[in-house]
Parts: sequence; C-alpha cells; structure tokens
Amino acid sequence: MGKTFSEKVLSAKSGKDVRAGDIVTVSPDYILSHDNSAAIIKKFRMFGVERVSRPEKIVIVLDHVTPASSEKYAQNHKEIREFVKEQGLSHFFDINNGICHQVFCEQGFALPGKLIVGSDSHTTSYGSLGVFSAGIGRTEAASVWATNEIWLRVPETIKIELSGKLKPGVSAKDVILKIIGDNGADRANYKAVEFIGPAAQEFSISSRFVLCNMAAEMGAKNGYFPADKTVEEYLSSITGEKIEPVCSDEDASFESVLSYDLSLIGPQVACPHTVDNVKPVSEVEGLAFDQGLIGTCTNGRLEDLKEAASILKGKKIAPSVRVIVVPASRQEYLKALREGVMETLIEAGCVVLNPGCGPCLGAHQGVLAPGERALSTANRNFRGRMGSRDSEIYLASPATVAASAVGGKLCDPRKYL
Amino acid sequence: MKKGRVWKYGDDVNTDVIFPGKYTYTPMEPEEMASHALEDLDSDFASQVRENDVIVGGRNFGCGSSREQAASCLKYAGVQAVVAQSFARIFFRNAVNQGLPVIISEEAPDRLEKGEEVSIDFQRNEIITQRARIPFAPLPDSVQKILDAGGLVPYTKKKIGRDKS
Ligand code: SF4
Repeated sequence: MGKTFSEKVLSAKSGKDVRAGDIVTVSPDYILSHDNSAAIIKKFRMFGVERVSRPEKIVIVLDHVTPASSEKYAQNHKEIREFVKEQGLSHFFDINNGICHQVFCEQGFALPGKLIVGSDSHTTSYGSLGVFSAGIGRTEAASVWATNEIWLRVPETIKIELSGKLKPGVSAKDVILKIIGDNGADRANYKAVEFIGPAAQEFSISSRFVLCNMAAEMGAKNGYFPADKTVEEYLSSITGEKIEPVCSDEDASFESVLSYDLSLIGPQVACPHTVDNVKPVSEVEGLAFDQGLIGTCTNGRLEDLKEAASILKGKKIAPSVRVIVVPASRQEYLKALREGVMETLIEAGCVVLNPGCGPCLGAHQGVLAPGERALSTANRNFRGRMGSRDSEIYLASPATVAASAVGGKLCDPRKYL
Repeated sequence: MKKGRVWKYGDDVNTDVIFPGKYTYTPMEPEEMASHALEDLDSDFASQVRENDVIVGGRNFGCGSSREQAASCLKYAGVQAVVAQSFARIFFRNAVNQGLPVIISEEAPDRLEKGEEVSIDFQRNEIITQRARIPFAPLPDSVQKILDAGGLVPYTKKKIGRDKS
C-alpha cells in the first residue's frame, strides 16, 4: 500500500519504513524558536552541556514583544542575543524582521519535504510550502538543541478536498474557520491534515499559509499542501536550492476524507471563547466592537492588507472603533508600502505598528480593557488572550474586519463590493 | 515489581480536571502539585493516593491544553503508570518526557476494577492482578529509553554524557 506525505517524510528521515502510529527518532532540518528562546536557554543549561549540537540548524526570530515593552522583556531579549553570540548562531533575526513563521519562510528555510520543529504551536504554517512542520514544547526544544534529535509519532492523515470557486469577498480565512467550526477544535488531534483538490491548487502561498497556520486550531500536528508549481515559483525567488516535492500516494491510507465546495462558503466569524465556535457573519451582524486587528502570522501579508485596503479605500473607520494594522514581516510591509496599500489604511484611520506579533498575545501594543470587544484576523480567541479576562475576541477575515470598521459594527464585507 | 491500587475513570479525562488551569502560572513545589492532582475529577484522589497506584482511563486520556503539569502532578503523586485505550497527543508526549509510563491497551481498562491491586511487569509487558495477566504492547524502544532514564531531562543529560565519553 502507498504512503501518505507524513509517512514518507518520516520514513526518509528515520531511515525506516514507517507507518501512522509508529514512533521514530529523527534529526529535524531546522528548529525554530522566538522570544521564548530565553526560557529554552534556561532548560538547555540544565543539561550541563556547553555548546549546542548543530548551531546551523537553530533559527531564532525575535517577534513576540518587539521592541521590548518593559525591562523584563528587554532582559529576555538581551539574554537571547548574548546566547546567539556565545554559541555562534548565524540564523538569528532581531526585532526588525517580523513574525517568526513568516520570516522563516522568507529566508528560505522552509523547503518541500523538509522536517522542521518549532517551539510554537503555529509551526504548522510551513506546510503551505510542502514542509512537515510541527510544534513542540520548550524542554523538547532545548533537548533538540543539545542532542540534534527528537522522537515523533507518525500521524494519521485527514484529507480535506477543496473544490469550487470562492465567491468575491470570501477568503482562505473563511474557509478554515468553516472547517474548524464544522469539525471541532480537537478533530485533528495528533493528526496530519492534507489540503488537496482543484481549489487547493488555486490558492496563493499566502492563502495556503492561512489554512496551515490554523490547522493547529483543529489540534493538528501538521497541515500541508502538496508542493506544486505555485510553491516552486514562490521559492525560486528566494533560494537556488533544488526542490524535491513529496506527495501522498493515491493508494495511501487516510483516516478520513472531508470535502468542501468553496462556492458554498460565506464570510465566517469565530465567536468567544473557542476557535470552533464559528457562525456565519450574518448571524452576528450588527455587533458593536472596540478594536479591530488586521495582521498577525495568520493574516498580515500583502494579500490580506490589500483585501482590507480595497474596502477601506476612500472611507474612514468609525469614530467608535480603533483599528490596528500589523504587517507580518518587514518584506510584506515594504511591498504594501510600495503599492500604496499602507497609505490607504492610514488615511482610513488605522494605526500601523511595526511588523511582529503586536497585540495578538496581549502583551503590549493594544491590550484590551475589561468589557472590551475585539474583531481580529488572528488565529486564537481564547479568554484573556488579548488582555483582560473580561474582554472578548471575534475572529474573521481581513475583509470582514475592514468592512466592520467602517460602521463600527460587525458586518458582511460583501456589502462593500 | 511494585504493587499499587487501581483508580478508574472514563473517556476524555482532560488536562483541566487533571491539573486545574488556575494553577498553571503559579510556580509550585512537586508536593504541592501532587496535592492538586485530579482535583476537579475525584476529590478523594490526592489525599488517598499511595505510591505506585495506577490510573486507568478510557479513550483520549489527557485531552485539552498542553500543560506539562498534568503529567508531572501524577508522577509526583506517586502514580506508577497510566493505562488507557488511547491518549491525547500532547499528554502522551508530556508523560513520556516527564518520565511517567503510559500503557495503551484496548482491553486492560475494561478488565481492571476500581480499587483492585495490580502490579506491572515492564520486562514482560504484563499487567498482573489477582485474577489475570493482561499483556500490553511495549512502547517503541526510543520512547522506552526516555522513560527508563526518568524523563527527557535526565535522558538528554545521560545521552550527552555518553556522546562525550
Ligand atoms: S502572531 Fe500571534 S499566533 Fe502568530 S506567532 Fe505571533 S503570537 Fe503566535
């Protein structure tokens, strides 16, 4: 019988013929961490070892609280910079680069068929480029730094077949919210999610990123699109490395197959306080909110900023709301600047922050007060995630957030098409 | 082989009832962590558990959040192993990495009774009761080695020591 993508990658890496359910010990190609590197360094020191095993495999991006918002965070960053120097780590990206997952892809570390682990749950994002990538814990990350190996269970695979054409005003974010809402936040626990079918191939890299990023919110270990021409074209501008795509065999065994016709999906919103509490926008229309957020690793790329700008062009956001825009990376920021997208957003009344995680995790730059409500393009709406435990977060697409900002109330973006 | 008693629970025992979320950001000594183990599922557990007792669950044991404490509080409470029909991904990883043995068995949870005495033969891969010997599939070698070392931190330390010498 044939093999799934995950079975193939983990067989190749472990040098054994493995199947779903087997456990392998492997050396990842790269290991990513961010501001939490300071905590990983502490764990690493506990091993009583002086040097990391493979410095060239360690990628560190400072993004979570950048620039540092307090003495504590500043100290955190300082410890990381010192460690980078001490260990001679060359893949270090300081605060001027952007969100770790976006930067990781831009820098050419994410290549089809590679095995990547990261000390962040949204490491699943690189599946957009045909990578096997999974999130791990901090102790585990420290252990990989020290030993260059980790044990992984080979996941079963859920295949999600996408067909049909998206309607105007509807985007990848609505698709993944719909899928998570239908199937639940633990449907893909310990499993791989493969996005396939004619409509999957139509998706841009940026849109694929959205789906793989949020596969983590279904509990998935990894999510991925088979690497195709679109991936090849994207990567050819980044790296000269030869690309060797890995794809599931036709006769591989899948845990289940789900099918979605994209033409039937409308704008969606995830209501507090779980990502699977999803409703069509029409059911919550008219809800007032205080803060809009356009950005984060989920929706902070040029494609998303453009989507928002196309609605906000020539309009002003309502005086009752504030809208924060955080580009995912310096590169995406520059592209948006050059295309005049940022100008449109600023003219509409948005506040633009430096590329990074910004308010996504409630640490700085737009924290919510008790009783406030946010409408955000991020990937999580857990209680207290953006500040007060008594605030609420609704998740939606950039188009929905932009359209809603105009009237100050949640609304269907198709109204402005 | 160590003898202990069975504590039996059902399907979907989640990490919130194993170790309540409200304590996750409070630094705690092992003893105090043990005193909150299974607090919201079985209020007798923490006060009555004895060294080497065994927890038996159904499907999807340890579902929910990624907190490492859900595994370590059971270990600190003296639990010698958790037996279940299946485990949630992160709990399974955390248990192994914290040095808490996990046994996956379709039949054992049905055949074990609350309060009965059991011992576990990790050499022969058998759960032994007064009435029966229930075999279970061994864990893969690489995982067993981490458990044998007592968890990922001691394992990594040992491995580094070996690699150096
Ligand atoms: S933007 Fe938000 S979800 Fe993405 S890496 Fe940063 S904190 Fe995590």
